[in-house]
Amino acid sequence: MDQITTNILVAGVGGQGVILASDIMSEVFMEAGYDVKKSEVHGMAMRGGIVTSHFRFGKKVYSPLIKEGEVDILFAFEQLEGLRWINHLKANGKVLMNDHKINPPAVNLGEMEYPKAIPEKIQSKFKDFYLVKGTELALQLGDARAANVVLLGAISKFFDVNEGIWLKTILNYLPPKVHELNRKAFSIGRDQILQA
Amino acid sequence: MKKILSGNEAIARGAFEAGVKFAAAYPGTPSTEILETIAQEYKDIYAEWSPNEKVALEVVYGASMAGARAIACMKHVGVNVAADPFMTLSYVGVNGGLVLVTCDDPELYSSQNEQDNRNYAKFAKVPMFEPSDSQEAKDFIKLAFEVSEKFDTPVMVRGVTRISHAKGIVELQDPILPPVPIEIKKDTAKYTMLPSYARVRHVVIEERLLKLKEFAEQFQGNRMEINDPTMGIITAGISYQYAKEVYPNYSYLKLGMVWPLPKDLVGEFFKKVKKVYIVEELDPFLEENIRAMGFKPKGGKNLFSLCGELNPYLVEKGMLGKKFKAPKPFFKETLPPRPPNLCPGCPHRGVFHVLRKLKVFASGDIGCYTLGAYPPLNVINSNICMGSSIGGAHGMAKVLGEKGKGKIVGVIGDSTFLHAGVHPLMDMGYNKSYATIILLDNRTTGMTGQQEHPATGYTIRGEKTHRIDFVELGKALGIENPRKLNPWNLEETERVITEELETDEPSLVISEGPCTLLRRAFKKFNKPLQVDVTKCIGCKACVNLGCPAISYQPVDGEMAVTADGKKRKGISHIEATLCPGCHLCYQVCKFGAIQTQEEKPIFGFEIA
Repeated sequence: MDQITTNILVAGVGGQGVILASDIMSEVFMEAGYDVKKSEVHGMAMRGGIVTSHFRFGKKVYSPLIKEGEVDILFAFEQLEGLRWINHLKANGKVLMNDHKINPPAVNLGEMEYPKAIPEKIQSKFKDFYLVKGTELALQLGDARAANVVLLGAISKFFDVNEGIWLKTILNYLPPKVHELNRKAFSIGRDQILQA
Repeated sequence: MKKILSGNEAIARGAFEAGVKFAAAYPGTPSTEILETIAQEYKDIYAEWSPNEKVALEVVYGASMAGARAIACMKHVGVNVAADPFMTLSYVGVNGGLVLVTCDDPELYSSQNEQDNRNYAKFAKVPMFEPSDSQEAKDFIKLAFEVSEKFDTPVMVRGVTRISHAKGIVELQDPILPPVPIEIKKDTAKYTMLPSYARVRHVVIEERLLKLKEFAEQFQGNRMEINDPTMGIITAGISYQYAKEVYPNYSYLKLGMVWPLPKDLVGEFFKKVKKVYIVEELDPFLEENIRAMGFKPKGGKNLFSLCGELNPYLVEKGMLGKKFKAPKPFFKETLPPRPPNLCPGCPHRGVFHVLRKLKVFASGDIGCYTLGAYPPLNVINSNICMGSSIGGAHGMAKVLGEKGKGKIVGVIGDSTFLHAGVHPLMDMGYNKSYATIILLDNRTTGMTGQQEHPATGYTIRGEKTHRIDFVELGKALGIENPRKLNPWNLEETERVITEELETDEPSLVISEGPCTLLRRAFKKFNKPLQVDVTKCIGCKACVNLGCPAISYQPVDGEMAVTADGKKRKGISHIEATLCPGCHLCYQVCKFGAIQTQEEKPIFGFEIA
């Protein structure tokens, strides 16, 4: 097994399912035989605030927090939150971003502008940039809440872990009545990444 | 069997494996999930939300006297509330093992201060264990119960946010049968702290501390990892993981027990390693005590901040000092912040809108409603601890006299009121205050994630139980005529609050609006409101409610004028997927630009 630890920073807005997504990734990589650690913040930060989850897997993981500048993959559920954490990436890091915007209060109030052309900006510095319409595709399936499963499908293409482990773990977290929808969401997510 | 557990889930599992019979807590980030996990997963353990942490520790003390292994869990500031029983509990010791879990919050992710509760262990003269991951969290809880019974002492286990809310792989084991029988056991001189008995017990606890020091020297959880003999780090808890991440080849003295400290072991480490550094978050707790032993570390708090949490980056930065090279940022622009916010449809928003309009001083409290201090509401003016809104308002009113009449308000939530607001309200009735207290009764403990309390009518396991009536309670405390209002009806809210502000007596106004995240409280939500773009003049009256569903969008050209010719620079937009239809924006719009999709406007919701 690889000696190196892989660092994934999941970032989004409270209510988007960031924590659930990183919970699922932890289970998947434990099943796949790795040591895993993850860390996030609950409580006050949940009320529409910034949510980040640090997820790490490898042979032996010490810190549950990723060192700034050592993130291998930035997994952003929202554009502005992707840009906010971009400086935590390694120079040759990967970015997987949901093509979705949620206005922060200062933008709603008309006091600040939502930053323009975020995907183009990020792509100018990071070759390995993937933009996925997670929220839009989930809405087409009939439930915006499945966006995180679309995105998990997309990120799953980056790793050599059996697709079945991913699906089994994801469905374990969800009630049976939404299994079919999320199976589709996962599969559509995988289709978004043609070459990892 | 292996399982991924958070630190909190691991603590709950540890309690289960240790044969704990009794668990009590008051919700508080980052500790809340410990008792929630116990209640959900381990049905043989009696579990209760107590009204506050003092009560939680007292019921746990009772359980211990009756022979049960018992655990109380709380956030760091909760220990302040429980400090009174705790300091003397140290004197009486235990029968069944007793553990107090403190979950500290360095960096103040969801707290009003970042006090370092290691100081409590020294203050109360009790042992404290500090796990560095989920596996140790489980192991140390079990060990803490053994130590508690062996040394006849309450034991503290300290975590931080990055233990409580970090997950790692944990090896599960079967529960054991605890050694102490459940029975009434009278030992008056041990359990009754009259001065004459307490003097005797003080001598006993000083002797106990010496024995615990001996234990600490031998304890396997205090371990040396000798690698590089020139560079060594003394550390504990989560800081160990951060240091190990950056310097895997240094030597370590990793302390699993942070009080009392093993002096001989520390001495041995200083002999074996040339340069010793101390890496710890917040206070220089290890450093001061190690320096007091006569040892001279190369570095400690001169390298690391007294404030905030550590992480691998800050450990490296501190250790390298001027030699540290920060990675170059890819982008430097200032981004719009994203502070937490009251939810769309939140019942607090209507009350805050009215308080802003009335220009009162709002003495605030601990809960979601503290967010009313942020723009655009800007309404909460003070806040220190649970229950302080009422005492703060009363004290101000007494000093201000006539000058403050009609201007002093205390704002407190239902769970917080039952936690620590009853006594100050009693004071207001007793000492004839004129302040107005607004009880924001959202029928749950909101900020920590919808926990039950004595006025919800349910226990932690969802059984129906007695439900406190706030009107009757208010009357009993000396408030002659407690009033209720519907916070989604702005006319009613303003009228009731204004009338109560005008009286010379103490007032209690109960805002009855359930938390919109508490689905069981609602029969249904309403259809989302809509902006009529032909009428909106962009005055921002609705935007300034601070509702996440409402945004202001600049317009130009043809759009910069209303249907009847008024100029405008922007218009409001309501995001239909976020709007539960509370109709507050409908009520503040003077231009009829916000339209209901219901047959007629509904001010609030159909409550179940």
